[in-house]
Amino acid sequence: MTEYRMHLLICGGTGCKASESDEIKNRLNKFISDSGLQNDVQVVATGCFGFCEKGPIVKVLPDNTFYVEVKPGDAEEIIKEHVVKGRPVKRLLYTDPTTAKHISDSKGMDFYKKQIRIALKNCGFINPENIDEYIARNGYEAMGKCLTEMSPEDVIKEVKDSGLRGRGGGGFPTGLKWEITRNVENEQKYVVCNADEGDPGAFMDRSILEGDPHSVIEAMAICGYCIGADKGLVYIRAEYPLAIQRLKIAIKQAEEYGLIGDNILGTGFNFNLELRYGAGAFVCGEETALIHSMEGLRGEPTFKPPFPSVSGYMGKPTNVNNVETFANIPVIINKGATWFSNIGSDKSKGTKVFALAGKINNVGLIEVPMGTTLREVIYDIGGGIKDGKAFKAVQTGGPSGGCLTKDMLDIPIDYDNLLASGSMMGSGGMIVMDEDDCMVSIAKFYLEFTLEESCGKCTPCRVGNKRLHEILEKITEGKGEEEDIERLNELSMVIKDTALCGLGQTSPNPVLSTILNFGEEYKAHVIDGKCPAGQCKSLLRYDIVEDVCTGCTLCFRNCPVGAISGERRKPHYIDQSLCIKCGVCFDKCKFNAITLT
Amino acid sequence: MPKIKLAENTIQLILNICTEFENKESELINVLHKVQNKLGYLPAEVQEVIAKGLNCSVAKVYGVVTFYSFFTMIPQGEFPISICMGTACYVRGAEQVLAEFKRQLQVEVGESTEDGKFSINCLRCVGACGLAPVVTVGEKVFGRVAPSEVKKIIAEYREGCRDDSKTA
Amino acid sequence: MDTVNLTIDNKPVVVKEGITILEAASGIGIDIPTLCHMKLDDLNIENKPGGCRICVVEVNGRRNLAPACCTNVHDGMEINTHSMRVINARRTVMELILSDHPFDCLICAKSGNCDLQDMAHKLGIREIRYKGEQSTYREDTSPAINREIDKCIMCRRCETMCNEVQTVGVLSAINRGFESVVSPAFEMNLDHSVCTYCGQCVAVCPTGALTEVDETGKVIRALSDPSKTVIVQTAPAVRAALGEEFDMEAGTLVTGKLVAALRRLGFDHIFDTDFAADLTIMEEGTELLNRLGKHLAGDKDVKLPILTSCCPAWVKFFEHQFPEMMDIPSTARSPQQMFGAIAKTYFADKLGIKREDLVVVSIMPCVAKKYECGRDEFKTNDNPDVDHAITTRELAALIKLSNIDFKSLPNEDFDNPLGESTGAAVIFGTTGGVIEAAVRTAYEVHTKKELPRLDFEELRGMEGIREATIDFDGLPIKIGIAHGLGNARKLLEDIQAGKSKFHAIEIMSCPGGCIGGGGQPYHHGNVEVLKKRQVAIYQEDKNKAIRKSHENPHIVKLYEEFLGEPMSEKAHHLLHTSYFDRT
Repeated sequence: MTEYRMHLLICGGTGCKASESDEIKNRLNKFISDSGLQNDVQVVATGCFGFCEKGPIVKVLPDNTFYVEVKPGDAEEIIKEHVVKGRPVKRLLYTDPTTAKHISDSKGMDFYKKQIRIALKNCGFINPENIDEYIARNGYEAMGKCLTEMSPEDVIKEVKDSGLRGRGGGGFPTGLKWEITRNVENEQKYVVCNADEGDPGAFMDRSILEGDPHSVIEAMAICGYCIGADKGLVYIRAEYPLAIQRLKIAIKQAEEYGLIGDNILGTGFNFNLELRYGAGAFVCGEETALIHSMEGLRGEPTFKPPFPSVSGYMGKPTNVNNVETFANIPVIINKGATWFSNIGSDKSKGTKVFALAGKINNVGLIEVPMGTTLREVIYDIGGGIKDGKAFKAVQTGGPSGGCLTKDMLDIPIDYDNLLASGSMMGSGGMIVMDEDDCMVSIAKFYLEFTLEESCGKCTPCRVGNKRLHEILEKITEGKGEEEDIERLNELSMVIKDTALCGLGQTSPNPVLSTILNFGEEYKAHVIDGKCPAGQCKSLLRYDIVEDVCTGCTLCFRNCPVGAISGERRKPHYIDQSLCIKCGVCFDKCKFNAITLT
Repeated sequence: MPKIKLAENTIQLILNICTEFENKESELINVLHKVQNKLGYLPAEVQEVIAKGLNCSVAKVYGVVTFYSFFTMIPQGEFPISICMGTACYVRGAEQVLAEFKRQLQVEVGESTEDGKFSINCLRCVGACGLAPVVTVGEKVFGRVAPSEVKKIIAEYREGCRDDSKTA
Repeated sequence: MDTVNLTIDNKPVVVKEGITILEAASGIGIDIPTLCHMKLDDLNIENKPGGCRICVVEVNGRRNLAPACCTNVHDGMEINTHSMRVINARRTVMELILSDHPFDCLICAKSGNCDLQDMAHKLGIREIRYKGEQSTYREDTSPAINREIDKCIMCRRCETMCNEVQTVGVLSAINRGFESVVSPAFEMNLDHSVCTYCGQCVAVCPTGALTEVDETGKVIRALSDPSKTVIVQTAPAVRAALGEEFDMEAGTLVTGKLVAALRRLGFDHIFDTDFAADLTIMEEGTELLNRLGKHLAGDKDVKLPILTSCCPAWVKFFEHQFPEMMDIPSTARSPQQMFGAIAKTYFADKLGIKREDLVVVSIMPCVAKKYECGRDEFKTNDNPDVDHAITTRELAALIKLSNIDFKSLPNEDFDNPLGESTGAAVIFGTTGGVIEAAVRTAYEVHTKKELPRLDFEELRGMEGIREATIDFDGLPIKIGIAHGLGNARKLLEDIQAGKSKFHAIEIMSCPGGCIGGGGQPYHHGNVEVLKKRQVAIYQEDKNKAIRKSHENPHIVKLYEEFLGEPMSEKAHHLLHTSYFDRT
């Protein structure tokens, strides 16, 4: 194998690819060849570095220089200056927003300082399409250890002792789940990886599969060894073409190396993997629905029990874990349960990956120890709110979660604390909202999502959520009444109490948590007829201040619906019955003669 | 729905895909994926052939097709435009971007333009939240799209200078 | 069997492990309301999607409410079925269902017989707090069944019947969320689908979403037309169920009152489909013996087993699904159609009127019979042998409409010549009955000996597939019986695979046979109703003086005067049919 003196790691995740990281890679390679360095310098497309806000990212090893927002046009300079002459390209370095100084090494950036990477340990470090790079970072060592040195019971004990809980949202202890499935007697069992990540605004699982697919494959094989399954299935969203491609490559390579397949490492243990594709149904994240979908049926959940561990795929005992849960397993085996359980909070061990997005400066993928506070995540790692606006809320847990307020910023994040605060961990989406976001509209947005994704099987979810949405729509349109808030509360409680599956039972959470934490905003809508955030168009009113208007006719000419009239050089006025509140007049007026109330 | 007649080789193609999956009813979703990938959409006549190929009822096939939003019975435009409606994109103005696409192309979500060039769909999180709001055309991803840029994106494709995106 | 201790509404109970809260409660007289759930025990039919959420109960220590229909009991469980939390939830769920349901109860076909209406009443719903958009769909009508799926509440019972029980596969849940509904593929009309019109979807629908096509108006019009002679035939299973429509105990035989009611409705002659059932036995039995004889003689061209062909849904089923096997069923027409053919020839001649002036109405436990009488092969010069087929339920409606106090009617007798029948004909109404009737005749014809016994218990019961070997004086005849089209499919697949060992198979589409037909009074998920009807049918058989079809004197006379002998050319022309590939 060639010994390279230098590596250029470039992010090959979906986000950076969208910003032409492929082209950057091509150009880097071209200039390397042009400089005759092809035997000294290697360009590696890796998985996500996490710092998506500043993508595309190029990292230079061994000196750890971290270039941000690289464009194809920058490739030449990186090679000619940094690689050839050893002079880092300063203008591409990250600038610390508070000190305004360039930071060269990512370890020095606030974004990375508080992160501990377990599930994401290889993302951004290795070429996910090359199994050798995974092996070079202790890949498949955990599986080897399990198969040759440990009994399935030993492994399960280790996982139980680690305190690892399901990262898909529910937080069920992983080791216990494995044990239950192990204890069900059946000749055929299955290991299923739930990669049907569907929370709007969450992309943890995709990044792991794109950046480190072997960690999931290895963990599934370990799980198979523990529960007595020789077959694994990955249920993955069809909307993730890159993750699918990388997973396929990884499976093929692992097969070629004899790391999965028959008689693995000569131990007599067989484990084969297949992919199953989701087809755009959020409810298939629920494990019974997921199993029905893999069986070629409508993805409708069924009542539990029986749990999949007893009767799952094709009626056989099936252990379902999500991507991130699996990605923790090899590390737990390699470093030990004690090491792992020392990280995190009392009842939530290890780390959690979050997809940080919304009105925040540093959008990206982060992994922090359980127990980190929301404030640390949003302000230290996330760099605070965009455009200097005021923080209003953070939404966790996706459509099943809730909105937390600034009073809750110091809550240490773990399963139980989030639940107690009226939200939930969910799969790890974390959306930050600022003063411009109307919380009634946000609740409506989530309801719209649930409504579209409800399978339609049970009444509370099928009809109840429809009615919740209609009431919210009424409120945002300015037609709400005071008792609507009470109605929302009452109906939400019944839906929680009676819906069939987890999706339905948690679907009112965004409504309940916004009413609880932002009740005043609801009242403003229904009592005062105002949207404090200025987002609900029907509640806005544009007026022309007569004294200020010069009669320049600019607003008149730009109004798309002809709602403005008036003579030249005389004050204009807006016909409220025609106005569609598009705000064009407000933007166009040069004299600040238009008010928005 | 106008009845279309499938060409003999299309029928054979579908039946071959069914055979590839051992004509197993439980492989229905895999078969639908593969057939849609080849044909671009799943009209009624195609579903009938699949039902025959997997020896299951056509009602079941239709029930599955209409359950999953990834499957479509309407032909997509030559350049399928998808606007991400994930939360991150939503709070960064995806709704306005969508409205602008609808206005520019004069079609609703799920429809194609008369010339068959464009169709608009919404999707949930492509996972490029750092680039929110995100729009994809074929497999090409456009990040930080402002409503004012919509016209430019459409023009780019209308003039036919981008052929790399013709993917279904 | 292990038992568990629990309390329901503070009442301690000891029940079998593995049963549901619903079953445990019902055992101590607590009737937890259900809507989507349906369990017909002896027929192995269960619909348990856990979807409607009406049956939720409070279980101490549980985070949310539990659906009683699919939650199993466990030791130490404390259940409350009517706490405030439960009642509030149940009523809210009901309000939600009603908020997406048309409010045309007063003029709905199902009014008075509607499970949803009953439930709204039981739960005391007086207002709908959550109003909003209602789903709307196109109405669909077919020769037998109306679909008004705005009224669908997604209980999925019809889907279970159509797919799991009948394996017809016409109905499926489609779309998702608020838009989801049960429909044929592509929301096509039923008459474009492979629907057999068995009507089992209608039989279990808790609302007015699926109902039979109402033809009572046509019957009233015919009865009021002085230029027409209107005669009526009534199928065997009707007499064992009609009483239920007049609050009589299930299983009450109302033959005499039925005849009296028909007479009061103004029919000119009150005849019995049972007469035609005896005729069917003559033809089908002869066909069986012919085929059997040839088979035993080594004729390789003759196919066995022979399958019965009295059930129109079954006929349509194999025409769609097993067109390559159309030479296996008997060619004998169904009793309804044999009756029509004889009525419009032999009887019209006797009256000296043209067939066009004779209107034949049939009262059937079945909705498929509406479709059957409209089939082209059962028409002469566009005039159908049977003009109108109405269900047991429609007849009840006609009786009520005509101010007849059914319960106080005297018992009257059928008219002749087409009203005389034997016990063998009556049992056509239940699963196993047709083949038992055939055995009674075929045995005596074949062996030329008198049967030592008439009750063949081995052919009776509710098992979905049954088999028995009957000794035809040294010749063992192997008989199979299937009711429910799913069970029929199994036997057909055996035949297809060359694995069938039977000489003759009886098939009825509806679970239980015609007593469980799609046109019968609604059983509302109570299988006991079907069992009682079956008992009544066998009782009627016992009550009959003559219990073998070939001994029916009017049948003997019909052959002497008109048909010649079974399978004669004339019989062939009038009483047999052919089948069509519908794929």
